[in-house]
Amino acid sequence: MAGFISHARLIIGALALMFVFAAAGPAAAQQPSSVNPTAQAVSEDQLLNALQNRGGTISGRVTIPDQQSATLIQPAGQDWRSFHERTLKWIGGISVIGMIVLLIAFYLFRGMVKIERGRSGRTVVRFNAFERFVHWMTAACFIILAISGLNITFGKSLLLPLMGPEAFTGWSQWLKYAHNYLSFPFTIGVVLICLIWIAGNIPNKTDVEWLKRGGGIVGEDHPPAYRFNAGQKMIYWIVVIGGAAVAITGYLLMFPFYGTGVAGMQLSSTIHAIVGVLFVAAMLGHIYIGTLGMEGAFEAMGTGTVDENWAKQHHRLWLEEEAARVGPNDSEAQARARAAATPAE
Amino acid sequence: MARMKFLCDADRCIECNACVTACKNENEVPWGINRRRVVTINDGKPGERSISMACMHCTDAPCAAVCPVSCFYTTADAVVLHSKDLCIGCGYCFYACPFGAPQYPKVGNFGSRGKMDKCTFCAGGPEADGSQAEFVKYGANRLAEGKLPLCAEMCSTKSLLAGDGDIIAQIYKERVVKRGYGSGAWGWKTAYKETIAS
Repeated sequence: MAGFISHARLIIGALALMFVFAAAGPAAAQQPSSVNPTAQAVSEDQLLNALQNRGGTISGRVTIPDQQSATLIQPAGQDWRSFHERTLKWIGGISVIGMIVLLIAFYLFRGMVKIERGRSGRTVVRFNAFERFVHWMTAACFIILAISGLNITFGKSLLLPLMGPEAFTGWSQWLKYAHNYLSFPFTIGVVLICLIWIAGNIPNKTDVEWLKRGGGIVGEDHPPAYRFNAGQKMIYWIVVIGGAAVAITGYLLMFPFYGTGVAGMQLSSTIHAIVGVLFVAAMLGHIYIGTLGMEGAFEAMGTGTVDENWAKQHHRLWLEEEAARVGPNDSEAQARARAAATPAE
Repeated sequence: MARMKFLCDADRCIECNACVTACKNENEVPWGINRRRVVTINDGKPGERSISMACMHCTDAPCAAVCPVSCFYTTADAVVLHSKDLCIGCGYCFYACPFGAPQYPKVGNFGSRGKMDKCTFCAGGPEADGSQAEFVKYGANRLAEGKLPLCAEMCSTKSLLAGDGDIIAQIYKERVVKRGYGSGAWGWKTAYKETIAS
């Protein structure tokens, strides 16, 4: 009995061993080719295809402290490049040069808008010293910001061949510092402009009428206006909204990684550049109408006073308000009156 | 002339970061800047891979295209270099670069950008080869000494390859054929508009 059992054990054991070998044999033979270590490995193509939004990046983990370096590939840089090198140059070129051409054509066609009844010799205070200070601080900053901004986009095509690389770098370096530092007084100026003139710049019914009648720019009509007409209100809101947009996007670029990552900086730079060139175009129009385009307009921001006939022609409703509030600002008459009132002293 | 390229065989990279350290030491890279880094994709998950990445010295380099002062140039070996004397530190190359290679030392006020620093393929800069001025600004110029970038030279698993594009592509192809797999030449499509079939 015992012999039979041990015999059977041997046979079963042998069979089992054969079975194991039979089963394992082919698998062992296939080992090198059947196990593919990259089967689950992620490939660059898969990750790039998986990027749903164009601002997406392929990121992982890094052991060095700079966590920004965890971004392996950011394809959106290519879009930003094509925007900066192509689209922006078209937008900027068309808006800035287009505006200059438009203004020259308009000047040749329309000429300077004259004070129709000539100067009266009597003046009205239009902007006080503080208002003029804020205006000119912002304006001076804006001109330098505009030149330095345009330089960074158009400089290498227009100035670099003329100046040579070293001189152009020196110039651009200073303009970069100017752009960064003057952004602060500019931003303060925009905030002050927003506050001091907001009362006169809320759109109302007179603006609709003013716009319908061409604002006195087209044709010889002079629709009435309060302190600011619809065109000036537009400039105000361009400065306030455009100024806020360039300030916010500008500071995001100036303080890298404080508020945004690279995608945010690309978007900021895109907005900053588009708003910037349109802003420059709008301000060219503003400079034109304040100087060459209209007789008697510059002194409003120059000396702060305007001729009464100018005010009557362009801001009749404002002049009536002012007259009702402070009386005619006839400096000579006032001086005479003062002199007459105090002869005894 | 050779067309110099980097290739990281992600199936060999063991994320030892020796390339990162070697680069910093060889080039005496400024504090806070890493010209090369190792990024681990799918960390802790099946199929995890590490890739050593630096400037890829792109064909039609985006950094050079967007630079407002045109401070970039490409050497005869197709290495993309820049002049720190011309750079104004505007940050544009960083916005455009697909690989996050350009970095700026924080100098002056508000953490504003200094002159850009990036991998030079151990090829220095516009100054005279091997001069002290070149070393201070850009680090070692191993290429001028007939040596390849140190990161690749000392890679323990020979995962990171640097050298003539055709030769390193051939080495990679042979590896893929021999071992039967390969997860691709990371960044080649973006940098060189080509890839190595695997």
